[in-house]
Amino acid sequence: MKVWVFAEATDDKVTTATLELLTKAREIGSEVEAIYSGSGDTAAIAATVGSYGATKLHTMDPGDGLPGQVAAAPIAALVGTDNPDVILFAQTYDGRDALGRLSVRLDKPVLTNGMSLSVDGDSLLFGTAIFGGVVLVDVKLKDAAPALIAIRPKSFAAEESGGSAAEVVPLPAADSGRAAEARVLARHVEEQQGPKLEEATVVVSGGRGIGAAENYEPLVEELAKLLKGAWGASRAIVDAGWVPYALQVGQTGKTVKPKLYIALGISGATQHLVGMKNSDNIVAVNKDGEAPIFSVADLGIVGDVHKVVPALIELLKAKS
Amino acid sequence: MNVAVCVKQIPDPAVPGSLSADHTLDRSGKLILDESDSYGVEMALQLVDAAGGGEVTLISMAPNEEVSGLRTALAMGAAKAILVSDPALAGSDALSTAKVLAKSIERAGDIDLVLAATESSDGYTGTVPAQIAQLLDWPALTFSKHVEIADGKVKVQRQTEAGYDEVEASLPAVVSVTAGVVEPRYPSFKGIMAAKNKPVDKVTASDLGLEASQVGWEGARQEITNVEQAPARQAGEKFEDDGTGAEKLVAFLEQLKVV
Ligand SMILES: Cc1cc2nc3c(=O)[nH]c(=O)nc-3n(C[C@H](O)[C@H](O)[C@H](O)COP(=O)(O)OP(=O)(O)OC[C@H]3O[C@@H](n4cnc5c(N)ncnc54)[C@H](O)[C@@H]3O)c2cc1C
Ligand SMILES: Nc1ncnc2c1ncn2[C@@H]1O[C@H](COP(=O)(O)O)[C@@H](O)[C@H]1O
Repeated sequence: MKVWVFAEATDDKVTTATLELLTKAREIGSEVEAIYSGSGDTAAIAATVGSYGATKLHTMDPGDGLPGQVAAAPIAALVGTDNPDVILFAQTYDGRDALGRLSVRLDKPVLTNGMSLSVDGDSLLFGTAIFGGVVLVDVKLKDAAPALIAIRPKSFAAEESGGSAAEVVPLPAADSGRAAEARVLARHVEEQQGPKLEEATVVVSGGRGIGAAENYEPLVEELAKLLKGAWGASRAIVDAGWVPYALQVGQTGKTVKPKLYIALGISGATQHLVGMKNSDNIVAVNKDGEAPIFSVADLGIVGDVHKVVPALIELLKAKS
Repeated sequence: MNVAVCVKQIPDPAVPGSLSADHTLDRSGKLILDESDSYGVEMALQLVDAAGGGEVTLISMAPNEEVSGLRTALAMGAAKAILVSDPALAGSDALSTAKVLAKSIERAGDIDLVLAATESSDGYTGTVPAQIAQLLDWPALTFSKHVEIADGKVKVQRQTEAGYDEVEASLPAVVSVTAGVVEPRYPSFKGIMAAKNKPVDKVTASDLGLEASQVGWEGARQEITNVEQAPARQAGEKFEDDGTGAEKLVAFLEQLKVV
């Protein structure tokens, strides 16, 4: 099977979600190639994707266009000549843009929110979860290649293959039509301290139970920093504007899988659980003993975050 | 300026979901306006207001000629709606849905801007807006958390991993908005009364010139082979905080060697 991966990078660093896809691509395919739409250093990116098994890196520079959307036309042209069996995308902003546009260009259905993928004889078996993660569904594709599939980050482990750098092949220019009219005028980077949410060993998240926006820093951030971890949030406090969307964990936010997840004042709605319940260990502090978060917690403290968390922070400070 | 808003009508998310015998989401009960789309409706009303003219048209595909969710959005202030309802559309995937919505937008005619949510609450595919844009050959500004119109152009703040990008395109264009982009208004009593008489153009797939092979089950080209409950995670220990909660947490953290 010939498998392509739509690769993404922040600056010159290939995203972990891309490395996860490449690892999966190696498992289900005999030939693995990557496609990169962006202005990062292609030599550096080719070295990384190569060490995860890609033999070729098809590249294009979208300029100030939206990288996913303007990539669809050249990818569609390449599909016509190279006939891949599967194209994998991460369920990200640019991944979904590329996938949506490409599906129309190829008139192919998309499978999204994938959490498992395997080969059964000649067909692909795709697994996803619905109803906020409580019901698992397996799907068999009945369509001619290529299969267009988006996978949720953190669904697979990323493992290096030790391959050498992928061969860089620029994609021939193609007409993107009016998709190319969307132009990025400026980029705003919101300063991020500490480890990234998806990569941290410890994640501390706060929910509505912390009471107010100004409690987030002294309770959630402070504890996360003491544990050298990252801080996250439930959607309730993102929608309330207490913290930025980038911190949201769950169905419509990030999926995290740290060694330890600490939920402070979070009820544990299925849409939140789907983003964190595969963490190795889960700790919850909630004043309601019946809160659903306790059904997944390895250690649950039924108590007030305003008492328990400051006390915990004191004890940890005393220890260090 | 005329704005079309794609609004999905979905089973109430507060009620646990279920699947029909054919493994599609059970949509037989009463459907409501997807909360995610209430932001698009509000945004559209504000943009038309700011432009000083034009109207908001709702576009929805739903089974059984469902109008409850449309009435909510009409009560908020939308002028009219196109409702696509057809048994041939059962089992439609994201691409089929986008084909139906794109054809409906063409049917509405004279649309400058299409708004949709970044993802629906029940399906959460999150590809429909980009698919609609490609079908119409319009630019798409996806994952927008701020939208404004000036000089025939739409300018948005597009969510990124690192923050946001300012992105601009000429009209007509498709924009998908994230939750919280604006505060949706509550329909007034007057609005609710007026909504009852607003026009809803009910159409079928063939009215839109779509054939059965392009949409519905046939269009989806996939087979559901298994459905099962996700394995539940085992609950561990739970303690009432009697003043020793913090100590128990420290002991657990030490055991995990994170401190
Ligand atoms: C389509 C869809 C997608 C969604 N996606 C997401 C998502 O990605 N992520 C997400 O998180 N949610 C998501 N949600 C929302 C989700 O359903 C919940 O509404 C949300 O997770 C609730 O957030 P919360 O737990 O912070 O708030 P609440 O449910 O209000 O819970 C607050 C908790 O804090 C506790 N508490 C209150 N005071 C204290 C105190 N002093 N000390 C200790 N505990 C206290 C309460 O007992 C309660 O359990 C989604 C919903 C839908 C419909
Ligand atoms: N059946 C539908 N009727 C109207 N709008 C829809 C429909 N399905 C999807 N949409 C729009 O497309 C957005 C993204 O949907 P999805 O790609 O399914 O997550 C939704 O939030 C709606 O704005």
